Amino acid sequence: MTAEARPGVSMVPGAEFRSYYDRAVLKASPWEIDIPIYLFSGGLAAGSSLLAAGADLSSRPGLRRAGRLTALGGLGVSLVALVHDLGRPGRFLKMLRVAKFTSPMSVGTWLLATYGPLAGVAAAGEVARLVGGPKSLGLPGQLLAAVERPAGVAAAVTAPTIASYTGVLLADTATPTWHGAYRELPFLFTASAAAASGGMGMLAAPVSEAGPARRMALAGALTELVAERRMEQSLGMLAEPLHQGRAGRWMRASSWLTAAGAVGTLLAGRSRVAAGLSGLALLAGSWCTRYGVFEAGQASARDPRYTVVPQRERIEAGEATPSVTAGSPAP
Amino acid sequence: MTRTNSLYGPLDPARDAGYVDPPPRKGFFTDTSICIGCKACEVACKEWNEVPDQGFDLLGSSYDNTGALGANSWRHVAFVEQGSGSTGTRAPVDLGMPTVRGEQEDAAEAAGGDSDKPDFRWLMSSDVCKHCTHAACLDVCPTGSLFRTEFGTVVVQDDICNGCGYCVPACPYGVIERRKGPSGAKNVGIAQKCTLCYDRLGAGQEPACAKACPTDSIQFGDLDELRGRAQERVAALHERGVSSARLYGHDPQDGVGGAGAFFLLLDEPEVYGLPPDPIVTTRDLPSMYRRAGVAAGALLAGAAAAFLGGRR
Ligand code: SF4
Ligand code: SF4
Repeated sequence: MTAEARPGVSMVPGAEFRSYYDRAVLKASPWEIDIPIYLFSGGLAAGSSLLAAGADLSSRPGLRRAGRLTALGGLGVSLVALVHDLGRPGRFLKMLRVAKFTSPMSVGTWLLATYGPLAGVAAAGEVARLVGGPKSLGLPGQLLAAVERPAGVAAAVTAPTIASYTGVLLADTATPTWHGAYRELPFLFTASAAAASGGMGMLAAPVSEAGPARRMALAGALTELVAERRMEQSLGMLAEPLHQGRAGRWMRASSWLTAAGAVGTLLAGRSRVAAGLSGLALLAGSWCTRYGVFEAGQASARDPRYTVVPQRERIEAGEATPSVTAGSPAP
Repeated sequence: MTRTNSLYGPLDPARDAGYVDPPPRKGFFTDTSICIGCKACEVACKEWNEVPDQGFDLLGSSYDNTGALGANSWRHVAFVEQGSGSTGTRAPVDLGMPTVRGEQEDAAEAAGGDSDKPDFRWLMSSDVCKHCTHAACLDVCPTGSLFRTEFGTVVVQDDICNGCGYCVPACPYGVIERRKGPSGAKNVGIAQKCTLCYDRLGAGQEPACAKACPTDSIQFGDLDELRGRAQERVAALHERGVSSARLYGHDPQDGVGGAGAFFLLLDEPEVYGLPPDPIVTTRDLPSMYRRAGVAAGALLAGAAAAFLGGRR
């Protein structure tokens, strides 16, 4: 294929390809920072609900409190972000007029509508205890005391889907770097949620109770690092946006922070200061992963190279669908 | 409906959407070999559908000052100036203004390359929403705002869309877009694209762009009939030596199950800003859900193990 600097043909180092005045073929999502914030806060809430339920059942009140309150906070931030990102925020409830399996956003809305109230009830029980005990609140308080544990356990059972579906949310688009990573994104985001919530548990709960948080953080961080490498391998040239520009900086920060947090957890997780610092590093690493993946996808959609070259390669390899036909006599 | 998976492959979209006895599927056949770049389609579309103007930009890309399809451009005429050979090997040439000529000359010019033919050519093509058989925009819409009409087309319901924006990155052709402005325009914040003039179809009229097209480059009709007509046209062009003629989006076996709006092109799709091998993203959705399920299960098991794995 020829490529010189003239309309209709682009000159990019590496693979040569043709384009229409170097303009994007696809549209990048209109989403702004709300969506990576939601990816992060939703994952954090989900993992925290798991820790809270486990802590509740294993008599670790400090870890339970940290988990439930973090879940509530994460949920609140998620809802604000999800509404704010809409073109018409006042129409948020239109999401509830249908349930569609072909739309990960619809599926996610219904998952949140299930998980959210459960996590909310569990957190309400915790808040009631902070303000003087459920008993002091009369009959509603007694009711709350009776349902908080079942609600917390039910929240924990639904929470993992909140952590993993966001990978599908991004992958189910034509955005090259997101769709290209559809095999790994659910694992990457779930692991990132585990690392973040484990980190938060280490930060907020007493060291004596934080053993499960440390194990969850460590397993999450290691899985996140592995999933990220595997994602890059299967992306091929579509991994480039993960290394370049703004997205590249966030992804590098994510690797360093996650690795540092994991090492800190492993070596010094039982020192209060080290546990707090490691937890912070893991939280920051998880945020960087979300933001980096988000930005890389946006960049991949804006550059026609990532649309045209892989599709051309498919055609050249004879693996393409019959999008173009010479039109010789009808089949 | 016996198929277990209607996310991919050929099917009748209106029936698949639940219409019991739908009218024949409607579509566009855009024959770019006879487009003269007059932009009557762009203007007629704006007028009929009250699509706001974009402001006036000179983009420096031949006569194309629209740029791309988007919320405020539901038809877009592309202009490509090429030197000799169908892949082009020369610097841009000044072609002056379009003139009126016979179809033979147009066809000869379109062919390019041969020594007795002009050593440049000017490609023009009016692009539009493809009204895919498997429309990713419609699949991913969480509100049900995007819906399949009885004509097999894909339309946004302005009063339901909440502007979540999911359809925008889902479209494999970069067609649909959330309207950002101009302020005061209707439907700001809402996803916008060609409706194939749903209102006109309901009244037995053809879409405004097809009606306005002076050369019949944009042809509207029953999709089956258009597909047959397109095959004949491309065969006729080949016979006349226009070997670069090809159909794009007409095959129900392609990655979107066949487009409701398909094209006769004179060069590779990407030269016109079209993806060479688009595939509906939801083809892979069942596999994505399976993986998300496994990941969720692993997290649940991992969390349980974190509590059972020792008391420290
Ligand atoms: S071309 Fe894009 S906007 Fe049009 S129907 Fe297909 S997916 Fe939807
Ligand atoms: S922006 Fe509107 S039409 Fe597009 S997916 Fe969201 S609700 Fe549906």
